[in-house]
Amino acid sequence: MESIKHLIDRLSSPQILFFGSLVILVLFLVNLRRSTSWKVILGSFAALAAFYAWALMDKNFRSIVLVPDNVPITLLLVLVMFFTFLGFRKAAANDVRIGKGLGPAEKDETDLRVFVWPDLVYVEFICLILLTVILVAWAIGLQAPLEPPANPSKSPNPSKAPWYFLGLQEMLVYYDPWIAGVLLPGMIIMGLMALPYIDPNPKGNGYYTFKERPFAISMFMGGFLVLWVSLIILGTFLRGPNWNFFGPFEQWRIEKVEPLLNVNLSEYIWVKWMGVGLPKSILVREGFGILGVIFYFGALPPILAFTAFKKLFRQMGWIRYNVMAFLFLMMMALPIKMLLRWSFNLKYIVYIPEYFFNI
Amino acid sequence: MAVPTKPKSSPKDFIFKSQIWKSIFRHGKPNTHRNRTLVMLSNVFLHLHPIKVRKSGVALSYTWCMGGATFFLFLVEVITGILLMFYYRPTPQYAYTDIMQLREDVSFGVMRELHRWGAHAMVIAVWLHMYRVFLTGSYKPPREFNWNVGVILLVLTLLLSFTGYLLPWDQLAIWAVTVGSNMARAHPVIGHEGPGSPLVTFVVTILIAVHFWRVRKDGGISGPL
Ligand code: HEM
Repeated sequence: MESIKHLIDRLSSPQILFFGSLVILVLFLVNLRRSTSWKVILGSFAALAAFYAWALMDKNFRSIVLVPDNVPITLLLVLVMFFTFLGFRKAAANDVRIGKGLGPAEKDETDLRVFVWPDLVYVEFICLILLTVILVAWAIGLQAPLEPPANPSKSPNPSKAPWYFLGLQEMLVYYDPWIAGVLLPGMIIMGLMALPYIDPNPKGNGYYTFKERPFAISMFMGGFLVLWVSLIILGTFLRGPNWNFFGPFEQWRIEKVEPLLNVNLSEYIWVKWMGVGLPKSILVREGFGILGVIFYFGALPPILAFTAFKKLFRQMGWIRYNVMAFLFLMMMALPIKMLLRWSFNLKYIVYIPEYFFNI
Repeated sequence: MAVPTKPKSSPKDFIFKSQIWKSIFRHGKPNTHRNRTLVMLSNVFLHLHPIKVRKSGVALSYTWCMGGATFFLFLVEVITGILLMFYYRPTPQYAYTDIMQLREDVSFGVMRELHRWGAHAMVIAVWLHMYRVFLTGSYKPPREFNWNVGVILLVLTLLLSFTGYLLPWDQLAIWAVTVGSNMARAHPVIGHEGPGSPLVTFVVTILIAVHFWRVRKDGGISGPL
C-alpha cells in the first residue's frame, strides 16, 4: 500500500501531470469513437470513484481534498469529465453521419419547432428543482469555512488565491507577476474575444463535431483542460508550503526544501559556455534572450505561414492569421517555459532586474 | 313549459371563472395552440422566451442547461446576498464577528452556505456553459457579439466571486485576496466596498438581459443551418 502511494506521489509531479494530461487529451481526440464508448466512460468514472474511495482513507489526502473550499474542484473534475464525454460522444456520432452524407443528428430536428410551453418551460422547471435540491443538500452537508480572524502580520504558508485563480498562481512558478498575473490572463480574455472573428471555418456551427474543426477544438481543449483545469488541480492539491510540490499522499512539511538550481539564459551563455563572465552592457548581456523573444514573436508567424499553418494562412488572410498566430504563440509561451525549466533549469530568458523586466 | 335553468356551476368554475382568476390569467389552460401562445405572451417572466423553439435546442444534451444553471445560480446569489446583507456589516471591525454570529447563533442557518457554494457553483457553471457554446460552434456568425457579451460576463462573474471572497475577513479571505491582487499588481481597492460590489452586480444584471435578448435576436439557440 505504502509503495503504491509513493509511486502515485512520484507520478503526480508537475512534469508528469502536464505531459500525462496532454497525452490523455491527444489519445482521447485521436479516436473519438473508441474513447467515448461506454466501456471507456464507465471505466473512467469507476476508476475515479475507486481511487477516491481508496485515497480518502489516507490522512494526508483527506486533509487536502476535504478542505471545504477544495470540494468544488472535485465537482469541477467530475463535471468536466462528464460533459467532455457527452459532448464528444455526440461529436463522434455526428462525424460518422456527416461522413455518410447524412448531416449531423441535430439537423433532423432543426426544422421542427416545438411550443415553449410545455416543452421548454418544463425542462427549465425540472432543472430548477434539481439544482435547488443539489445546492440545498450541499449547503446542509458542508459548512462554509471560517478561519481565525484576519491577521495581516501572520501570513499562512502556503498563501493561495481562490481556487479558480490557481492556474494563474501556478504560472508564477515560471513567469513574473506582470506576465503570469496581468499579461497572460489579459491574453486569455483577448483570445476568447477574438475567437469568433479569427475562426474562418463556417462548419460546425450549431452542432457537435470534431472532424470538421479539428484545429480550433484541439487548441481550445489544450488551453482549457491542460493549461487551465489541470493547473488548478495541481495548484490546489499538490502545492504546499513555499509552493513546493507535494504528492497527494505526502504530508505538507514546511521544512521540505527544494534546491534552487535555476540559471538565467545569460549566465548559461556568457559564463558557462563562453566562460568570459557577464558583459557590462545590459543589451549585450541579454542580447541572446532578447533576440530569441523577437524571433519568437516576429519571425515565427511568417515562418509558420509557409510551413505548418500554410492552409490556415490561406483561409484566414493576413490580419486574422497574424492575430491568431500571436495568440497561439502567447498560449504556447507557458508550456515552452515549463519545458525549458524542467529540462535545463532555465530561470529567465531575459533577465533585467535593473528595470524589473524579466521574461 | 320548462323554465330555462341556470347551468350548474362546479367548484372548478367557481375558481377558474371567477373575476379574480380571469383578471390574472387572460387565457384558458395552455393545452391548445392558441392558449400556449397566449401564456407566453401575457406573462412577463415567460415572455423572455419565444413562442416556439427549435426542437434540437430544447434537448438538455445539447445545451447542458448550463446557461440556465448560471442564471439560476446568479439569482440565488442575489437573493441570499441581500438576505445576508441584513446581518453583516462590511467593515474590518464587524465583518468577522457578524459572520461568527451567523454561524453560531442561527440554528439551521444555511444562508451563508447557500451563498458561498452557490458562488463556487456559478464559476463552474459559467465555464461549462462556455465549453458547450464552444463545442457547438455557437460563437460563429451570427452569434459573435453574444459570445463577447458572454466573455465579459465570465470576467465579471470571476470578479464578483473574488470580491466576495474577502468579506468574511478571516485568514482565508485576506490572504487569498492578497495573493490574488498582488498577482494582478492591483491594490485591494475592493477592500471595504461592501457585499458583492453592488455596481458590478448591477452591470452583470444588465449584461444578462442583453445576453438573453441577443440569444433570441440571433435566431434562438443555435442549430445546423
Ligand atoms: C453570467 C453568465 C452567463 C449567463 C447567465 C448565460 C446565460 C445563457 C443562457 C440561459 C443561454 C441560452 C442557452 C443555454 O442555456 O446554453 C445562453 C446562450 C449563449 N451564451 Fe451565455 N451565459 C453566460 C455566460 C456566457 C459566456 C461566458 C459565454 C461565452 C464566452 C456565453 C456565450 C453564449 C452564447 C454564444 C450563447 C448562444 C448559444 C446558442 O445559441 O447555442 N455566455 N447564455
